[in-house]
Amino acid sequence: MLKLSRYVLYDILRNKIVIAYTLFLFLVSFSMFRMEENGSKALLSLLNIVLIVLPLVSLVFTTIHYYNSYEFIELMLSQPLSRTRIILSEYGAVCVSLLTAFWLGVGVPVLLFAPDATGFALLFTGSSLTVVFTSIAFLAAVRSKDKARGIGLALLLWFYFALIYDGLVLMILFAFSDYPMEKFTLLLSALNPIDLGRIFIMLKMDISALMGYTGALYKDFFGSGTGVAFTSGIMLLWAAVPLWLSVRSFRRKDM
Amino acid sequence: MKHIPTILALLLFLQTGATTIIAGPGRPVSTLRKAIELARDNDSIRLQAGIYKEGSLTISRSITLIGDNNPVLDGESKYEILLVSGKNIRIIGITFRNSGYSAMNDFASIKLVDCSNIILERNTVWHAYFAIHVSNSIQVTIRGNKITGIPASEQLTGNGIHLWKSSGALIEQNRVEGHRDGIYFEFVTGSVIRGNHSEKNIRYGLHFMFSNDDKYTNNTFRNNGAGVAVMYSKKVWMEQNHFEENWGASAYGILLKDITDSHILKNSFYKNTVGIHMEGSSRIEIDQNQFRNNGWAIKVQASCDDNIFHHNNFTSNSFDVGTNGTMVLNQFENNYWDKYEGYDMNKDGIGDIPYHPVSMYSVIIEQNPTTLMLFRSFMVSLLDKAEKAIPSLTPENLIDNKPMMKKHNL
Repeated sequence: MLKLSRYVLYDILRNKIVIAYTLFLFLVSFSMFRMEENGSKALLSLLNIVLIVLPLVSLVFTTIHYYNSYEFIELMLSQPLSRTRIILSEYGAVCVSLLTAFWLGVGVPVLLFAPDATGFALLFTGSSLTVVFTSIAFLAAVRSKDKARGIGLALLLWFYFALIYDGLVLMILFAFSDYPMEKFTLLLSALNPIDLGRIFIMLKMDISALMGYTGALYKDFFGSGTGVAFTSGIMLLWAAVPLWLSVRSFRRKDM
Repeated sequence: MKHIPTILALLLFLQTGATTIIAGPGRPVSTLRKAIELARDNDSIRLQAGIYKEGSLTISRSITLIGDNNPVLDGESKYEILLVSGKNIRIIGITFRNSGYSAMNDFASIKLVDCSNIILERNTVWHAYFAIHVSNSIQVTIRGNKITGIPASEQLTGNGIHLWKSSGALIEQNRVEGHRDGIYFEFVTGSVIRGNHSEKNIRYGLHFMFSNDDKYTNNTFRNNGAGVAVMYSKKVWMEQNHFEENWGASAYGILLKDITDSHILKNSFYKNTVGIHMEGSSRIEIDQNQFRNNGWAIKVQASCDDNIFHHNNFTSNSFDVGTNGTMVLNQFENNYWDKYEGYDMNKDGIGDIPYHPVSMYSVIIEQNPTTLMLFRSFMVSLLDKAEKAIPSLTPENLIDNKPMMKKHNL
C-alpha cells in the first residue's frame, strides 16, 4: 500500500500543480503577514483563504486527479491487489500531498509570524478541512463515472458548504428567532465542517466579542476540553464517513 | 487658594506648640486609644510597629497619625476600625485589616463623616467590607493607599474607596483590588481622580452617579466585572485612562448613561467586550482615543445626540460601531478605521469616500444574537460588502465623511 502511495505521490509531484499551490499559499500568507502591521489582521485574511480556497482546491484537485489516474487505477485493478488498498493508497497520496502543501505554504509563515493560540487553531482547521474535503471529493468522483459530472458535483458541494449552507442557517435562525436556538446552532455547526472550523478559530480570535448567551455557550462548549474533542471528533467523522462510503462504492463498482 | 487652609493650619501649629506622642507596645502610652485621648489639636501621634486590636476608634481632633514601620490595626472581623470626624486630620502609613461586616451599617476600615481637609496617605487596607468610606466631607485627599479585598458576593463586599456627598476630593495613586466597586462616587463634585489602578473588582472599577464637574486622568481600570459605569452626571473630563480586558455579557470599558457636556480624550480601550457603551448621553466630545481589539469599539444607542467622535484610532475590533436604530444624531469625523477600504486621490490623507462604521452583520447580530454562529463567514462578508454598496439595513447617516488614511499618532 505504501509503495502504491509512493508511486501516486511521484505522479502528483510530476505534474507540478501541487508545487504551484504550495507556492501560492506561501506567497499569499507571507505577503499578508508582511503587509498588515498586526498579525491578527493577517490571520483574519488567512482565515478566509483557509475557509474558502482550501476546500475548493482540495475538491477540484482531488476529483481531477482521480479521473486522470483512472487508467492507472484500472491497470492496478488487473493486478492481484485489493480494491480497498488501491483506493486508500490513492486517497493517502492525495491527502499527504495537499497537507504538505498546506503546512509548507501556510504552516511555516504562521509558525514564523503568529505562533499563538489563534495560529494553531488556524492550522488545525486548515489541516482538518484539507482531509475532510479530499474525502468528500473522493466520494463525488467515485460515485460518478462521468468526469464533467464528478467535477460539477464537487463544485456544487463546495458551493453548498461554503455559501449556501450559511444562507440556509441564516434563514432558519431568523425564521425561528422566537425560540431558543442557541443549543441548536451547535448542532447546525456540526453539520458543516467549514462552519465548525470557523467557530473553532473564532473562539480564539474574537474572544471579546463573544458576549451574550450564545457567546457564553460557545465559549463554555468549544473552549473546554470537550469542545476540542467534539470538534476533532466531528472533523474525523466528516473525513471518515465519506471515505468509507467511497471505499464501499469503489469496491462494488463496475469499472 | 487650595493651600490657604494648609498655611493657616501651619500658623496655628506654630502658635500653640504642638507635641508628638509616641505610642506603641512597651511605651508609656501603649495603646492607640490612649494616645488619641491624650492628643490635643495639632498634635501628632507616631504609632510604632505592632498589631493593635482595639475595637473601634474615633478621631475628632485635628491630629496627625503616622505609622512607623507599618503598624497594623486589626478589626478582628467585628469592628469598624477608625471613624474620623473633624477637620485637618492626617492618617499616614498604617495597615488596617479585617474590619467587620454589617448588613445594617456600611462598616469601613476608615470612615470619614462630616470632615474637612483630611489626608489619608500610604495606608494599606486588607480584607475590609468598605475600605475607605467618605460621606459629607470636603477637601479629602486619598493618596497612595493600597486596598485589597477578598471578594465574596456583591452583597457581602463593599466598595474600595467610597465617597458620598463630598466635594473637592483628590483620589490619587491608589490601588484597589477585589472589592465591589473599586472607586465609588455619588453626589461628589469638583473632584479629581488620577493615577489610580483599579483591578479585579467584582462589579465596576469606577462607578459614579450624580457627580458633576469631576476629572479622571491617567487611571487604569482592568479586568473588572463590568468595567466602568458613569451615570447621570454633567461636565465630566476623562483623559488618558486605560480601560482593559473587561469581558462579559454586560461588561463595558465605559458605560455612559445620561452623561452630558463631557469630554473623553486620549484614553485607550483594549480587549473589552464593548469599549464605550452610550445611552441617553449628549454633547460629549470623544477624541484621540485608541480602540484596540475590542468586541465592539463603540455602541451608541439611538437615544444619544450631539456627540462627536473625532481623531480616534479604531484597530482590530471585531465590530467598530453598533447601534440599535436608524436614527443618528451623532457625528463621526477624521477617525482612522483599519477596516476602511477607500482611496485618497488628492493625497491629503483623508479618504475620498465615506466610511460606514456600522456593518450589516452588527445590525443582524443585534437583532438576533444566535447568528453569532455565522460570524466571519464568507456569506456574512458578502452581505457586508453588498450592504456597503447599497445601504438598506444600516443607518445611512452614521458615516465618517473624512476617514483618515493613516493611523493617528497618539
